[in-house]
Amino acid sequence: MADALVDARGLRCPLPVIRLAAAAKGLPAGTELTVLSTDPAARLDVPAWCRMRGHEHVATVEHVAVPGDDVGGWAVTVRLR
Amino acid sequence: MSHATPGTPDRVHLDNGGRAPWHPLARQAFEQALADGWADPRRLHAEGRRAARLLDSAREAVAAVLGARTQEVHFTPGHTASLHAAVASAAAARRRAGSAILTSAVERSALLHAARAAGRPSTVPVDRLGRVDADAMVAAVRVPGSALAVLQHANGEVGTVQPVEAVHDAARAAGVPLLVDAGASVGHVAVPEAWDLLAADPADWGGPAGVGVLAVRQRVRTAPVGPEDEDPWAPGGVSVPLAFAAAVALQAVEADRVAQDVRRRELVEHVREQVARIPDVEVVGDPDGRLPHVATFSFLYVDGEALVTELDRHGFAVGSGSACTASTLEPSHVLAAMGVLTHGNVRIALDRGTTADEVDRFCAVLPDAVARVREMLGVGGL
Repeated sequence: MADALVDARGLRCPLPVIRLAAAAKGLPAGTELTVLSTDPAARLDVPAWCRMRGHEHVATVEHVAVPGDDVGGWAVTVRLR
Repeated sequence: MSHATPGTPDRVHLDNGGRAPWHPLARQAFEQALADGWADPRRLHAEGRRAARLLDSAREAVAAVLGARTQEVHFTPGHTASLHAAVASAAAARRRAGSAILTSAVERSALLHAARAAGRPSTVPVDRLGRVDADAMVAAVRVPGSALAVLQHANGEVGTVQPVEAVHDAARAAGVPLLVDAGASVGHVAVPEAWDLLAADPADWGGPAGVGVLAVRQRVRTAPVGPEDEDPWAPGGVSVPLAFAAAVALQAVEADRVAQDVRRRELVEHVREQVARIPDVEVVGDPDGRLPHVATFSFLYVDGEALVTELDRHGFAVGSGSACTASTLEPSHVLAAMGVLTHGNVRIALDRGTTADEVDRFCAVLPDAVARVREMLGVGGL
């Protein structure tokens, strides 16, 4: 379970990564953050951000849209270094 | 003055991949062929025969550059049509051998669509530089059941050159034909010998759009898949003036290709060095095994569409593989397969007429353009 959740659903690239970076600012190493996104670019760009910033990409889980309930998208979890 | 941006000296056009300005000799050739070769080359009268002679000489000239026989070279309605026809007809002729169509993950979209339409596509991954895993592709081609293997000579989006020789050796040994998409490389680097079918794109080398080139070695079996026509590769016939202009442009760019390679490679190297100094950027593509005229980079926390627009406002036309610059939500499948940053992407392809001064001006404007877009998004300190 991540320590914090960033809800970036409905936002277009590069905003999900920017929201994640803003949420990560000042947090101690070892903190886990999960970003929720409906933009397919985020599942690619969050791991790239981790690589560029020295953080760790923990997991990416795809959520399939459920009619009338959930919008679907991706939950990408990172661990700060 | 550069011929890259005719009539608009203040504009710098750096988006020349797949659609470059016509080489001046191509324009001359086109006008000549309009006067002499407007007729249908399939008719038997004097006008038709004159058009047929122009078309034959165009095929001969293209064949000489591609290292093919004249009768192996076909003109098509365009590069996308070449790829679709090549994949469909080569796969159809190998139906009994299998239905798998092996491709790299970074082939152009038209090719991936053609593979899905013609068989069971199987993609081979690429590394961070965009280079296909040659061992994996060689292993895949040895597995029985493959109709066709496809590998681009070089990736037009990031510039990386692919190991076509190694893949062709293995494909040949396995009896699987190899289609090489040389649409981004012909006219810029030497044409490889390692192919069974080869597609090349006149619009990319300074010839016209609306005509494509497809070469098929005589030993390769193909089955007609399109409408029944005298010319199965261009149903209804090709435009002789376009084909002639394409051939003349190819001869012209081949004549000083080596000098242009050195000149543009230096400029691209300079751009890659300058761009790498901008904070939080990934300069993508193979630094060494690459096309001489293409440079690609992605800026963290930058909206690709905003950056393209900002550069356009300052007189610079560039390309982008970011999702927000495309009509779909999906970012470039090439950048995705490489595992590099997909947002904030900028791609430049230098024309033969692009000057060092234009490149310097671009390098001077870029850092502030990136900073302004980041400022709009409020990403200072991230």
